[in-house]
Amino acid sequence: MAQPGWRDAPSPPDFSLLKRLARDQLIYLLEQLPGKKDLFIEGDLMSPLDRIANVTTLKQHEVDKLYKVEHKPIVSTSDQLCFLIRPRVATVKWVSDVVNSDKAAGRFRRYKIIFCPQKFYVCDAVLEEEGVYGDVTTDSWHFYLLPLDEDIISMELPEFFRENFLEGDQRWVETAGNALHLLHSLYGPFSKVFGMGRCAKMAYESWRELQEESEQKSRRADIGTVFLVDRDVDYVTPLCSQVVYEGLVDDIFRIKCGSVEFGPEVTSSDKSVKVMLNSEDKVFSEIRNEHFSNVFSFLSQKARNLQTAYDKRRGMDIQQMKTFVSEELKGLKQEHRLLSLHIGASESIMKKKTKQDFQELLKTEHSLLEGFEVREAIAYIEEHISRQVSMVESLRLLCLLSLTENGLLPKDYRALKSQYLQSYGVEHLLTFANLRQLGVLVEQQPGETLTVMESKVGKLVNDKTAGKLTDAFSSLAKKSNFRALSKKLALVPKSDEEYDLRVPKDMAYIFSGAYVPLSCRLVEQVLERNGWTGLEEVTRMINRHEFAVGAGGGGPEGGEKTDAQRVILVMFLGGCTYSEIAALRFLGRERGLKFIVVTTAITNSGRLLEALLDH
Amino acid sequence: MAFVTATWNPLGEAFYRKTEVYEMGWRLSSGLRDCLVAAAPYGGPIALLKEPQRRSPSARPQLEIYSSSGCSMASFVWKSGVVKHLGWTVSDDLLCIQEDGTVLIYDLFGNFKRHFSMGNEVVQNQVLEAKVFHSPYGTGIAIITGAFRFTLATNIDDLKLRRLPEVPGLQGPPTCWAVLTQDRQSKVLLASGLDLFILDNTACSAVTPPGLSPQVCSIVQMCVSFSYKYLALFTDSGHVWMGSANLKEKLSEVETKVKTPPKQMVWCRRPKSHQPSVVMMWERHLLVAGDLTFNLCYGYHLDEESVLVPELDGVRIISSTHHELLQEVPAACEEIFKIASMAPGALLLEAHKEYEKESQKADEYLREIKEQSLLGEAVRQCVEAAGHEHDIETQKILLRAASFGKCFLSNFPAEYFVIMCRDLRVLNAVRSYTVGIPLTHTQYKQMTCQVLIDRLVYRKLYPLAIEICRYLKTPEYQGVSRVLKHWACCKVQQKEESDEAIARAVSVKLAEAAGISYSEIASKAYECGRTELAIKLLEFEPRSGEQVPLLLKMKRSQLALSKAIESGDTDLVYTVVTYLKNEMNRGDFFMTLRNQPVALSLYRQRLEARLSLLQSAVDEYNKAKNEFAAKATDEEMRLLRFQRRLEEEKGEQLLGLSLQDTLRVLLSVGLNKPAEQLYKDFRVPDKRYWWLKITALADKEDWDELEKFAKSKKSPIGYLPFVEVCVKKHNKSEAKKYISRVTPEQKVKAHLAVGDLEGAAEAAIERRSEAEISMVLSRCLSTTDRGLVDRLNRARSTTAKK
Repeated sequence: MAQPGWRDAPSPPDFSLLKRLARDQLIYLLEQLPGKKDLFIEGDLMSPLDRIANVTTLKQHEVDKLYKVEHKPIVSTSDQLCFLIRPRVATVKWVSDVVNSDKAAGRFRRYKIIFCPQKFYVCDAVLEEEGVYGDVTTDSWHFYLLPLDEDIISMELPEFFRENFLEGDQRWVETAGNALHLLHSLYGPFSKVFGMGRCAKMAYESWRELQEESEQKSRRADIGTVFLVDRDVDYVTPLCSQVVYEGLVDDIFRIKCGSVEFGPEVTSSDKSVKVMLNSEDKVFSEIRNEHFSNVFSFLSQKARNLQTAYDKRRGMDIQQMKTFVSEELKGLKQEHRLLSLHIGASESIMKKKTKQDFQELLKTEHSLLEGFEVREAIAYIEEHISRQVSMVESLRLLCLLSLTENGLLPKDYRALKSQYLQSYGVEHLLTFANLRQLGVLVEQQPGETLTVMESKVGKLVNDKTAGKLTDAFSSLAKKSNFRALSKKLALVPKSDEEYDLRVPKDMAYIFSGAYVPLSCRLVEQVLERNGWTGLEEVTRMINRHEFAVGAGGGGPEGGEKTDAQRVILVMFLGGCTYSEIAALRFLGRERGLKFIVVTTAITNSGRLLEALLDH
Repeated sequence: MAFVTATWNPLGEAFYRKTEVYEMGWRLSSGLRDCLVAAAPYGGPIALLKEPQRRSPSARPQLEIYSSSGCSMASFVWKSGVVKHLGWTVSDDLLCIQEDGTVLIYDLFGNFKRHFSMGNEVVQNQVLEAKVFHSPYGTGIAIITGAFRFTLATNIDDLKLRRLPEVPGLQGPPTCWAVLTQDRQSKVLLASGLDLFILDNTACSAVTPPGLSPQVCSIVQMCVSFSYKYLALFTDSGHVWMGSANLKEKLSEVETKVKTPPKQMVWCRRPKSHQPSVVMMWERHLLVAGDLTFNLCYGYHLDEESVLVPELDGVRIISSTHHELLQEVPAACEEIFKIASMAPGALLLEAHKEYEKESQKADEYLREIKEQSLLGEAVRQCVEAAGHEHDIETQKILLRAASFGKCFLSNFPAEYFVIMCRDLRVLNAVRSYTVGIPLTHTQYKQMTCQVLIDRLVYRKLYPLAIEICRYLKTPEYQGVSRVLKHWACCKVQQKEESDEAIARAVSVKLAEAAGISYSEIASKAYECGRTELAIKLLEFEPRSGEQVPLLLKMKRSQLALSKAIESGDTDLVYTVVTYLKNEMNRGDFFMTLRNQPVALSLYRQRLEARLSLLQSAVDEYNKAKNEFAAKATDEEMRLLRFQRRLEEEKGEQLLGLSLQDTLRVLLSVGLNKPAEQLYKDFRVPDKRYWWLKITALADKEDWDELEKFAKSKKSPIGYLPFVEVCVKKHNKSEAKKYISRVTPEQKVKAHLAVGDLEGAAEAAIERRSEAEISMVLSRCLSTTDRGLVDRLNRARSTTAKK
């Protein structure tokens, strides 16, 4: 598909600046409380903090002891306490309890709360309610964005998804706006902004307000185009089993903040090893985007190359040996270590995936995506529950079924749901309610009644309103009409031809050639058309809320694009998966573009569903 | 009264006095020679270790502990390693620092408490010298090792060893060193020749004392004041430099004309005094060095070997026969007793003396004071001076004079006088020879009455402690009760007395005291291994909330349960019930509950509460017309009732499990009937039930039952699962039994599962399925029979052609 005349993709801007800014501000905030102090850190801030400032840096700025926030009474002898926390009610309440218990014991200390990334009004309200407002000083550490890799930036806000999409709590939208503003002021000005979804629109508005307030500096842009996507635009993609290497590693070992802990079964020793997974790992960077079936052959090729490199030693004279040892050996050793780790991980993945009959699972998923042999798929899901394979996996398949089939037939819905409840407890009634609210797992509306209603009402009004009515009914019938979308956007390639996973021809390779991720296809289409023109039907099926700013006219632009215009920032509100990132990387390579992914958090099917569990 | 000033010696603007505190009660054969001596500040105990270097097993050194008056408190043979240093903690525990860095802690009576080490480096290089110091953080230890590195622990109760940085260029041991506490940090100050260094956690910095006289070549002795504010340095030229401990300011420098370094040098300075002074001791010579402007010092001759103990407001001098206090005469005493003093206090004392003699001169003196309207001041001086006097007669004379003067004042507040009278009574009591705590009034105020009571408790002087609490009207909770609790905790450790006798004695003594926690005493008894005594003591504990946890800890759960029920506190009953549920096996648990109807009903009630909540959920779901949810919740209620019944009948823990898990538990323990019933009642789909049942049977390895079940009726899930569950349990021979019943479509898989390649090949070829033949081929290894592989390949090519 690569077109002649496309240059190589430009290199991404230097995001280490974001880290430096965050570190400098943190140091400034710590200096605001002079003297020795103990620092309490919220658990989920520990790994991100570790990327910004290590213990030595903290100690240099008079942090005496470090504690993890555990919501228990504290044991600190310091006269100054500093709390580095997320703006959550429970944590602020705990801090108030600490202050109040000191007061009761007649102990005097100084307290400072640093909220990351920003303070919410409710935090002050809680402090006031608990009677400690005057006893603590508060500050915000504007640490919005953590670069995980040269093309991935995470806001590390996993709660964004549940709070925004399920609970309708929109306070994080402003945070997303602030993050955009930060990126804009450092790497902008952005010339084009595309968006899809309610939250995306709000985040855009929030950013635009900020931008209007602040002064405009003219600088050469590093990033030209921004694309905002809500997670609820596409639930199918994150719910599919991941089969590219990085996605699989995340599904099985859970990558946390860009690093993964390989247990003894991978390291084949008795201890676990923590490995950073990014482009600096030369072995990983070559296999991360590969379909898993290619990984083994690649790794063994790599191992042979390595052996050859080692073998070079033989027949060297002293001088050559000296250069070899000083220049090459260290690199080889490092590569050797990484290679053996990744081989271990691959073996472990193989073992797990073959045990659960992974092939059959994938077959079921593919038939759901294609819409063939749905009854067999349902039977498979039923057996999945009967065999008690996994609580979350069963739920995932149910959701995938509902999303692809416009909801479940009432009979199936009831039967499967009661099987599930009997197996995993009646508390999951609440989980099902959550899933229904999101539209991820629903009961099919009796289709006939709606159509009948539509035609009846349609006769009473004129043509123009009738069109609107059809829209209304179609959106009533189903939030996202997957099958129609799939046809319109050619998400499911023709299954009769063999798909060569070694030489992928489109983004579908990330799902073994069975499905092009909807989210990424939308990005591709909009960029190709330089706007939403021609996609009206598609946008109607995904509930509108699309927007495009700064795109001149319709149709693709002529002429060469500048480097900045070829750097495209895609922001996922509610999380994105490593598979989606792999798909965008593929798209970038094909089109000579560089995609930068900003996400509220890295997600996968497990994290997504666990966020919706209620038990 | 002239004799009062007999012991005074002038030094600069002030006077110094040396008063005898005690004649020592000990009988030391060879004096203090060759002894390691440690005397705790604030009139604390004295520890002696005679000839610490002796190592031969036949003649081990003797460790002795005395009160300040020389009354023996403990004496035992030292059997551990060579002791380098002795010291006392703030809570009157003895620290014995051994050559290898091990620190052993003993209490006042020589009972071993615990030990800890000062780290590997110290073990390797041995202790060269050690110092014990006190700071706001507690008692600390500083050690210099044979490698001339310092290791420091600021608080031995919260041991954190710090190894201080190396001193650059230090080849031999430092000539002298001391521990400072500055900026909330403990540091070491050391001298090597003329160079002074301060060592803190991170760095070693060189310092120079301002204005040190130029002819000095080496600093040979140093000392830091009690408050860590001042520093004195003794140089090889015989000069004493005095200044602030931060080395920013010089106070004075005195030439002593003695070149040999003193054996001991300590600060002798009252709080708020303007005059710095340092006491130095050589073999038989004591020197007090004072102010710069006068460049004065004066000496005492000592009759025998002595030890200096620095105090907040003076120096104690302990020898084998005497115990003396050397201090600057307090201002009030000086004003009153100085010869020919015209201070108001002195006049008032004179007036009172005349009054006693019934002389009219009394009136003249009084008038003289009153005319200057200084009577109030006079009274105050007399009261204050009384506080500083050790002699009881002198105290009385001064207090009488104050009382006399007070009569002529209408609005003089009485508290000052009253409090001083009380303080003196307490002080005189603890100073008595038998108690032996020679506190001065200044020390007492600094130390507070609370701490004094603690000290008395450490010495097991319970009656005196109680007497003092009562006399000072300390609130019972902090005073009498606290002492009694310590007494009782000590009492329960007396092994020779019977449980009954101790329990009775404790209850009688503690009967009317408020705020006594019997549970604390009982847990002490339990720690000493006297469970029966602990239970007896708990009987006296009025608060069940305190009784129950300890009873549970002692594994007296039955008793705990009945106590909890007696208390009528339902939360407490729940605590016990939850605890029992986790601790006991099910049968015992229900038997226990059955004997305690209250607990049983409470246990049931909790379930009832849950059921009623679920019922209201059902009602709400019905209102919302959510039939499905209503039904599901209703089923949950049915399940809960069923689980409760089974729990009570069969004693299996089921409550709160999901239907699936309930079935699994029932099947795994062989309760097939109730399982069948649940399966029917809840209309569990056949497929799931079959899966569940065969997995449970395979997990139990109950192969006969599994076979019976397979034959009971036609399997709704086919027979491949039977093969799979057997293989999972590594029982291939059982698995093979079911292969014949597997449907033709799954036969290949079944053969492969049991590892029967040939069977799989047969089945695949028979079915003429290309995919299945390929699957079998992919499982063939290089070791597989060639013929079989060829046959498969042939079959594949023929099927492919069709």
